[in-house]
Amino acid sequence: MTIQETKENIIEEFELFDDWMDRYNYIIEMGKECEGIEEKYKTKQYLISGCQSQVWLSAEYKEGKIIFQADSDAIITKGIVQLLMRVVNNRTPQEIINEDFSFLDNIGLKEHLSPTRANGLSSMIRQIKLYALVFKTKEEQKQA
Amino acid sequence: MDFDIDNIRKDFPILQLKIRGKSLVYFDNAATSQKPTAVIERMAKYNRSENSNVHRGVHWLSQLATDAMENARETIREHLNAQSIEEVIFTKGTTESINLVASSFGKAFITAGDEIVISEMEHHANIIPWQILCQEKGASLKVSKINPDGSLNIDHYKSLLNSRTKLVALAHVSNVMGIINPIKELIHLAHQKQIPVLIDGAQAIPHTNVDVQELDCDFYAFSAHKMYGPTGVGILYGKKKFLEAMPPYQTGGEMIDQVSFEKTTFADLPFKFEAGTPMIASIIGFGEAIKYINNIGIATIEAYEHQLLDYGTKKLSEINGLTIIGTHKPKAAVISFILDGIHHYDAGSLLDQMGIAVRTGNHCAQPLMKYMHINGTIRASFAFYNTKQEIDLLAEAIVKAQTMLL
Ligand SMILES: Cc1ncc(COP(=O)(O)O)c(C=O)c1O
Repeated sequence: MTIQETKENIIEEFELFDDWMDRYNYIIEMGKECEGIEEKYKTKQYLISGCQSQVWLSAEYKEGKIIFQADSDAIITKGIVQLLMRVVNNRTPQEIINEDFSFLDNIGLKEHLSPTRANGLSSMIRQIKLYALVFKTKEEQKQA
Repeated sequence: MDFDIDNIRKDFPILQLKIRGKSLVYFDNAATSQKPTAVIERMAKYNRSENSNVHRGVHWLSQLATDAMENARETIREHLNAQSIEEVIFTKGTTESINLVASSFGKAFITAGDEIVISEMEHHANIIPWQILCQEKGASLKVSKINPDGSLNIDHYKSLLNSRTKLVALAHVSNVMGIINPIKELIHLAHQKQIPVLIDGAQAIPHTNVDVQELDCDFYAFSAHKMYGPTGVGILYGKKKFLEAMPPYQTGGEMIDQVSFEKTTFADLPFKFEAGTPMIASIIGFGEAIKYINNIGIATIEAYEHQLLDYGTKKLSEINGLTIIGTHKPKAAVISFILDGIHHYDAGSLLDQMGIAVRTGNHCAQPLMKYMHINGTIRASFAFYNTKQEIDLLAEAIVKAQTMLL
């Protein structure tokens, strides 16, 4: 599925519900499905600051694509992490750099998060983009 | 005055708010309380028709503003039963009050090798200023232990008091657990060794009568915004003998007597500690908040809040998988709890979706969290405008959150 298709899917899924409690329920279910992160990555180095709950994010670069692993100790946060993973995992660095994540506004997620969680979400996105930029730069250096 | 909850609730316009279509249930009073119309209107009136700078102008308006502000100081002095207005200093809140003492008392009285005693249940505002002061002066910070039920370990506290101890700084009421410390006894124990005591009263004075002479505390710090007044203003009560011996905290206008480039002499108390233009509107609003409280009666408020606490404790204890943190009595109307297998942040988010405002996290008390081996709690803190029906809603919402999250 392309990044665009994935985003459209997510927007459609959210439109199925007319109540934010149900959407939360859905996010929680996604959190329960999230595979999480290998224990070895649950360290300070992979911790993202700006979240009231803890979020860990790691990334590997394989055959032109970025493989992220992410996790949280809070299930709603984990659900949101999973939602992001669906969009960014297995994409090229350029695809992630180009993504503006405005689909999160379309589904109304940001406005329904507490300010601290919205902050956390922004930190997560910043970190995802940073990884993409680093892998892209490395790739370019290799080719140069 | 009769306690009529329906009428009381009408005094607080924000309680009529609907949050996501649901009536607001505001249980975050320990973070900040709501403001009655009397306070809101008093501040608006000041801004509309009395605004002027204080203690400066010869003109009519300036006198009006000065009188209003000084009347507020007198209202607060009376509420605390301080001996004189010289002992009632306006600050921007508890945090600044404590920082003022750490800085000015520190300059005057703390030297290398001295000790300052705090406790394990303190808010960061009553930890960090002392930590920094100790670092600067080569003094050491001694931390009095607490017991598993959240109460202060008094034997350990006693063992920390010695001839090197120069100050004790303790919370009157724990902001996380609501536990009321026996401060009169704790102050007495320190005084037996001639050690002055600062009390962080941020969580106590909204809920109970505080008489600084009866307590015999040397300093008492609190914030207006937790007692139905505006943000941005607080009080440092200090005994005159200490305040006189302490140098100013900040310097500038409003706090001087004579200034030349060679030397400045400072104004008398309390102005010596009030550099710059104060939060005039907020101070006047604060005075009004105290009048409002006294009109209902602090004893009436305390009794009603106690009913809420007992009811809430019973209701929440019935919920499976819920553990209350801090069970020692007496308590102010605060219930902190954790839920088995559920992150406090998830629970707080779902409660918010259901229109219930609680605080989650470490409540600026990370050392206490560490002692309790938890990473945070969900805290419901009550005020006299809350009701048992609202507590029922909270209990239902917690159970609903549990079904969704587990
Ligand atoms: C016990 C205690 N001390 C100090 C403070 C700090 O008060 P403020 O932020 O109003 O300065 C608080 C506020 O949460 C508190 O609960």
